[in-house]
Amino acid sequence: MSEDIVQGPGLRTQDDARPAHPGSDDSLLSVQDLRVVFTRRGEKSTVAVDEVSFDIRRGEHLGLVGESGSGKSVTSLAIMGLLPARGAEVSGKAVFDGEDLLAASSRRMREVRGRDIAMVFQDPMTSLNPVVTIGTQISEVIRSHRQVDKNEARERAVDLLGRVSIPDPGRRLKEYPHQLSGGMRQRVLIAIALANEPRLLIADEPTTALDVTIQAQILEILKAVVVETGSALIMITHDLGVVAGLCDTVHVMYQGRVVESAARRPLFATPRHPYTGGLLASVPRLDTPRGGKLLPIPGSPTDVLPWAQGCAFVPRCPNSIDVCSQHPPALEPEGDRSLRCYNPLDDPPVRGATDGLPQHSRTTTAASSLDGRDESPSFDRKQP
Amino acid sequence: MSSTEPSASPSPQHPASVAAQPAGADEPRTAGASPAGAASGGGDMLLQIRNLKVHFPIRKGVLFDKEVGSVKAVDGINLDVPRGKTFGLVGESGCGKSTLGRAVLRLVEPTDGEVLFDGVDLATLQGEDLRTMRRRMQMVFQDPMASLNPRQSVETIITEPLRAHGISYDKEKRVREILSLVGLPAAAARRFPHEFSGGQRQRIGIARAVALEPELVIADEPVSALDVSIQAQVLNLLEELQERLGLTYLVIAHDLAVVRHVSDEVAVMYLGGIVEQASSDSLYEQPMHPYTISLMSAVPVPDPLVEDQRQRILLSGDLPSPANPPPGCRFHTRCPYRQEARCDDERPALRELRPGHTVACHYAEEILAGTIKPRSGEEVLASAAD
Repeated sequence: MSEDIVQGPGLRTQDDARPAHPGSDDSLLSVQDLRVVFTRRGEKSTVAVDEVSFDIRRGEHLGLVGESGSGKSVTSLAIMGLLPARGAEVSGKAVFDGEDLLAASSRRMREVRGRDIAMVFQDPMTSLNPVVTIGTQISEVIRSHRQVDKNEARERAVDLLGRVSIPDPGRRLKEYPHQLSGGMRQRVLIAIALANEPRLLIADEPTTALDVTIQAQILEILKAVVVETGSALIMITHDLGVVAGLCDTVHVMYQGRVVESAARRPLFATPRHPYTGGLLASVPRLDTPRGGKLLPIPGSPTDVLPWAQGCAFVPRCPNSIDVCSQHPPALEPEGDRSLRCYNPLDDPPVRGATDGLPQHSRTTTAASSLDGRDESPSFDRKQP
Repeated sequence: MSSTEPSASPSPQHPASVAAQPAGADEPRTAGASPAGAASGGGDMLLQIRNLKVHFPIRKGVLFDKEVGSVKAVDGINLDVPRGKTFGLVGESGCGKSTLGRAVLRLVEPTDGEVLFDGVDLATLQGEDLRTMRRRMQMVFQDPMASLNPRQSVETIITEPLRAHGISYDKEKRVREILSLVGLPAAAARRFPHEFSGGQRQRIGIARAVALEPELVIADEPVSALDVSIQAQVLNLLEELQERLGLTYLVIAHDLAVVRHVSDEVAVMYLGGIVEQASSDSLYEQPMHPYTISLMSAVPVPDPLVEDQRQRILLSGDLPSPANPPPGCRFHTRCPYRQEARCDDERPALRELRPGHTVACHYAEEILAGTIKPRSGEEVLASAAD
């Protein structure tokens, strides 16, 4: 049983775990033009996710980053088929291994969930059943997808708990969620998600509710198990730091659309979208000199322009030009990344992170120079 | 953050107080906060905490309420908060940092020890004296949605402290002043908390705290409930207010990067005690306590180049129960540098290893010199799995 997890099927090797080329053959999950609209009788419908497309290859780690309300969680729920049938209109495609999950029957999705794709949620207290022991909850997942008897499932559960570094797994099996600490519960959730060696693991803010030292443990465990099992990982988070250490490619979402996506190094070294740059400049960091003011993004995530009219970020954007509020920008490839912006940042806004990285062609749009915005606010932080 | 006015008296520069306060309003304040009062004992330190303990009893039994033990949330803490500066308190959840903040305001009664505010022991104050004293210290809470009354308009929320302390004021003018101080439009006065975004709500919470022109503001996780892009706005606001009003802050937070950014002096708490204290620069440049070291190594940095090269020092296990803290050094059960015997038996005292930098660890020098090596992450995880 245990060798199964360690080795996994031959396909899952680390060799191909590097940045994706959209449309390449070995893509495991390909999301195309995903759109989720929430409707409610008597109310205006809300577009929660729109024009979201990405590919994830076997063994790849992909990050979806955004603030609350950016649609990152809804994206994952839509892929998993977990949105309510009523009130949520999902369109587009999510092709997993040749099969469109969005078109699959709910019966078929029940087979896929937990076996091929598994999910780790943010709050372990609400996603574990409080009146059922840990052991039962783990073996339930195993037995619902495979023909194994109780003892075998139990052995497997012990093994899984050991793999997520839970001390004394045999004893823990008989405990209830409330008897475990927050970090321990999150590990149980990871164990449950890994129970059937999924090929894709979706982690939705798995460490947000935890302390930093526990977060470090969980990330280390998560990293180790996905590498060992060769699963692909979609990491959903608002914490750019978490993504920086874990993901191969990063998609930054704002108000339901991807505004910038790139491999992590160029993204963090030279963020081009004003939102990405703003996020990076507004968080205090431990690795840079102290002092100087933070440069917040003005306004709040609720100040938006509907995407139909223009770029949703316009009301908060220091770089906006006239065209931004007239036509919605499209996500277009630009150099080493895709970008949804008419007037992207030119200068690498984050200090000292450019070493050894290719410089980008500096594109200054005609409009920006006409506008006299050449010295447009870049997000450089003032040094003391 | 810089100190502006060493004096504790309501300074004429106080923008919110220039015109708005009729003579009567100043009276109780001058009684408590006159320069004479400042000289009376506090000196440069606005807040001094001496051996503060807060123990919560654990009771058992229905008929016979028996005390079977206690949770030692805060267990013997000494702190000096200098006037006009920002003092940061970091630690993980459950380490007692919030309890400490509340005990300072006597929102929970300390079990033992002294809290000297401007030289006056708060524990000895009662009734009216305590009430007038509380005017000088205010609190900003973590979740603005939970700490603002949803049925009160912003105007009512902001003026409630003024009414509670019997200060007469020109309502419209005062509200406008306070709102503009925290960067909200005057039109906000008639609206209700639910009409605002998270960041704006936190501004209302801050407005309420500064309405009384306090000297000390205790901010308990002021930004952790906010979106990343909003946090910087609130941090900058706190900084501005300090410059303009000469406030002293005690900032309680779990986010090391936030605390480092705002604080002049930082103390790291673990299980009810302080394990390391230093100026912000010194602490983050050279952390000396194993807990601080691993805490810092655990904070993810949004830079792949840094992340890839970083040596993480993982801690094993979870925070032990404060009802039954481990003997010896409280941290020894999780410490990657733990040495046999001494760490298990002897509780280390805070020692000043460098000027202004105190550490509670027996082996801080050796760890700093590199003669004691930490256990690696794999070892830690493996030992936890045994």
